[in-house]
Amino acid sequence: MAPAAEMRSAEADLIHRLRGGDEAAFVCLVNAYSASLRRFALAFVPNDAVAEEVVQETWLAVLTGIARFEGRSSVKTWIFKILANRAKTRAIRERRTINFSELDDPFEPDQPAVDPARFLPASHPTWPGHWASPLDTWSASAEDAVVGRETMGVLHRELDRLPASQRVVVALRDVQGWPAAEVCEVLGLSEANQRVLLHRGRSRLRGVLENYFNDNS
Amino acid sequence: MNDDTRREMACQELVEVITGYLEGTLPEFDRARFETHLASCASCQEYLEQMRALIRLTGRLTTRSLEPETVDSLLSSFRRWRDSQTGL
Repeated sequence: MAPAAEMRSAEADLIHRLRGGDEAAFVCLVNAYSASLRRFALAFVPNDAVAEEVVQETWLAVLTGIARFEGRSSVKTWIFKILANRAKTRAIRERRTINFSELDDPFEPDQPAVDPARFLPASHPTWPGHWASPLDTWSASAEDAVVGRETMGVLHRELDRLPASQRVVVALRDVQGWPAAEVCEVLGLSEANQRVLLHRGRSRLRGVLENYFNDNS
Repeated sequence: MNDDTRREMACQELVEVITGYLEGTLPEFDRARFETHLASCASCQEYLEQMRALIRLTGRLTTRSLEPETVDSLLSSFRRWRDSQTGL
């Protein structure tokens, strides 16, 4: 069986067992998805405690809705869509909204990936738009065990500081390792907008790591 | 094909299309310009490696799952739900 078909079949089995009241099947789903659900909820709601509540509500909604689940989407996207609806409702109640459609606004000012001052001006006779000075090299040592713990701390903090729409996309793509198509489906984003959010988020985090390594070298 | 797309890619453009490059969504022509530029620019090679290192590091971040009390409470809810299903 192809891996995708195999996954579908394992999933169908899990749903069948869950409908039959199999507690192990429920625990299996809760363990598989709660961490990502929690991270996802945090993009919409103000704090950990509320995120935890929203994830709990989501699991209860999964139980009451499982009889009506028709398998038109994967069980994973179905669960995440339930969460997205709950989290948005909750965000409105908490007067905190997340606006993905901002990206459709053509007047939104450009956020360059790198400070334009780092490049030679467009008027430069030979090298317009090229790096004004060579980049410091830290990529090879970024994953060293010695710097590891502190680097991860910096990265974690900065991820939390990203604008909510960038944070949720970077978290799902790079922390949870989801493919782009699933992120688009669950968040209701076009492929292009998903990529813009990922690009802005990653570019900003790279800049933070650059400052961090330059300060510590 | 106009002059603009014939032109070599500058570093400032490369850093804006790098996500498309990594995602494999960059049109073939721009992909070729990207790779041509990269072959002769040590700073952009480093930039690309920094992005790849960032993605690997981000992939090592962990997310806390649910508190044990929440899991217990969910299991109680599950059992109530199951019993209501079977009418026991």
